[in-house]
Amino acid sequence: MAASTDTGVDLRTRLQTWLPKLVLAPSLAIMLVFVYGFIAFTIYLSFTDSRMLPSFGWVGWDNYDRLFRIREWNTALSNLAVFAVLYIGISTLIGLTLAILLDQKIRGEGVLRPIFLYPMALSFIVTGTAWKWFLDPAIGLENTMQLWGWDSFSFTWIKDREMAIYTVVIAAVWQSSGFVMAMFLAGLRGIDNEILKAAQIDGASNWNLYRRIILPQLRPAFLSAFVILSHLAIKSYDLVIALTGGGPGNATALPATFMYSYTFTRNQMGIGAASAVIMLMTIAAIMVPYLYAELKEKK
Amino acid sequence: MAVASPDTAIRTSRITRVFIYLFLLLFALFYLLPFGIMLVNSLKPLSEITGGNMIALPQDWTIAPWLSAWSTAQIGVEPTGLRPYFVNSLVMAIPAVVLSTMVGALNGYVLTKWQFRGSTIIFGLLLFSCFIPFQIVLIPMARILGLLDIAGSTPGLILVHFVYGIGFTTLYFRNYYAAFPTELVRAAQIDGAGFFQIFWRIMLPSSGPIIAVSFIWQFTNIWNDFLFGASFASGGSAPMTVALNNLVNSSTGVREYNVHFAGAIMAAAPTLLVYIVAGRYFVRGLMAGSVKG
Repeated sequence: MAASTDTGVDLRTRLQTWLPKLVLAPSLAIMLVFVYGFIAFTIYLSFTDSRMLPSFGWVGWDNYDRLFRIREWNTALSNLAVFAVLYIGISTLIGLTLAILLDQKIRGEGVLRPIFLYPMALSFIVTGTAWKWFLDPAIGLENTMQLWGWDSFSFTWIKDREMAIYTVVIAAVWQSSGFVMAMFLAGLRGIDNEILKAAQIDGASNWNLYRRIILPQLRPAFLSAFVILSHLAIKSYDLVIALTGGGPGNATALPATFMYSYTFTRNQMGIGAASAVIMLMTIAAIMVPYLYAELKEKK
Repeated sequence: MAVASPDTAIRTSRITRVFIYLFLLLFALFYLLPFGIMLVNSLKPLSEITGGNMIALPQDWTIAPWLSAWSTAQIGVEPTGLRPYFVNSLVMAIPAVVLSTMVGALNGYVLTKWQFRGSTIIFGLLLFSCFIPFQIVLIPMARILGLLDIAGSTPGLILVHFVYGIGFTTLYFRNYYAAFPTELVRAAQIDGAGFFQIFWRIMLPSSGPIIAVSFIWQFTNIWNDFLFGASFASGGSAPMTVALNNLVNSSTGVREYNVHFAGAIMAAAPTLLVYIVAGRYFVRGLMAGSVKG
């Protein structure tokens, strides 16, 4: 735009070149303040002696030092590891299996697919409420099995400190495996049938068709599923609150519940901020390379 | 791909197919059971739940739990039922959905048809905001809402959901407009159409599907949010999810499971309805959030 000096004629053209930037500017400003500014502020707080309110006494790495010596935080981290591995693994396995089976020219696919997918529309609080009661030994599954005459049936995971985290996995898999199914199904529908037919003529078995041709082509779907699920796992908060409340004791604490309780109920804002920073770093380690690669490909 | 039939070329024997159907039906049961049982038990008197079998149909059908959950159940300290909180959630979700979709449409338009140096970086910055753990913004957000004097109120939540919705809506519209022929835009420009004219006359009329995706997906996310509601709304201004959690986890008195179930279904109803009516767009929204392009 530096080329034109004739301002009278070019005012309109100039406006047109500036307009797109003006339209984008408010969003950029909002992002810079509410996302990046806030992130910077929280990182700063994690190096201060903030308790109930933000305070600005610099304490260096103290909060991080203390954070990793808090038992509940270490429980939360190992719970997250167990939860994330099982949640991602089982959801992917179920999602992929259902997608492959649904892809076999199934009559009634139009009915089954929405049934598999509907839990994704629910709030985690609703899911938690349903499963909490379903898994409650006194009135749920255990009670029903015993009423049916299976007296020795016992399922008390939700009350068991060792096993409670697995009930969170069950409910979370219930909620999101249908979504993974939908992603894989979209991938399967995009595979060129001509290659499959050619391989069939060459005498390839179904097993080999899947192993050698179809699964390798689903790579992008695997990657997307992994990224989305791991990001959901690290952010998991509502489900734990509704299902177990982090208990029994703090046996099902996750980083998200830890952050909330240290910041807002225990008034240890510095430590809460430090835990939020660790969460952000974990997600960024997964998302930044992924987004970078995605944007790069587009160019 | 356009000519190929969507069905797979894989062939399976009849025996295998029987097992496939059985397996699929088993999973359909797994997905339907928890919600279905909740529905059945919300229509039973409490004594049938605590004393009986959860799978059994009600002996005395009753809608009393639904009435109680809606208008008289104890939420926190007030026996208001869930109705006011349901209204809170609607008042919160609708403006946030409309605003974030409008801004997302304009952003997507600029980012695809009016690219300038640095616009990809701006998109990258917007995109990353979709995936941050919101814990990282809770503390400063609480301060800002306090400074703006909208802490603990529905306008405060509208602002929060609007701000953190922009990233996703921009992503939807950008991907959708990327496939829109740029030549049409350039031709209109040569004919003298301006920035907003092109947006109104050319882009918007063909944006129906993506507007639906954005509305549905934003509505689902905002309606189902719990973290922001629990952090920034207090007492009477809480959204539905927070009120439901209070109802279910209130420690006073007898646990009225049937009332809890009726409440949970009420909290699920709007998003389920959207899913049933417009499931097609719902699936597209899921995809758009993961696979770019």
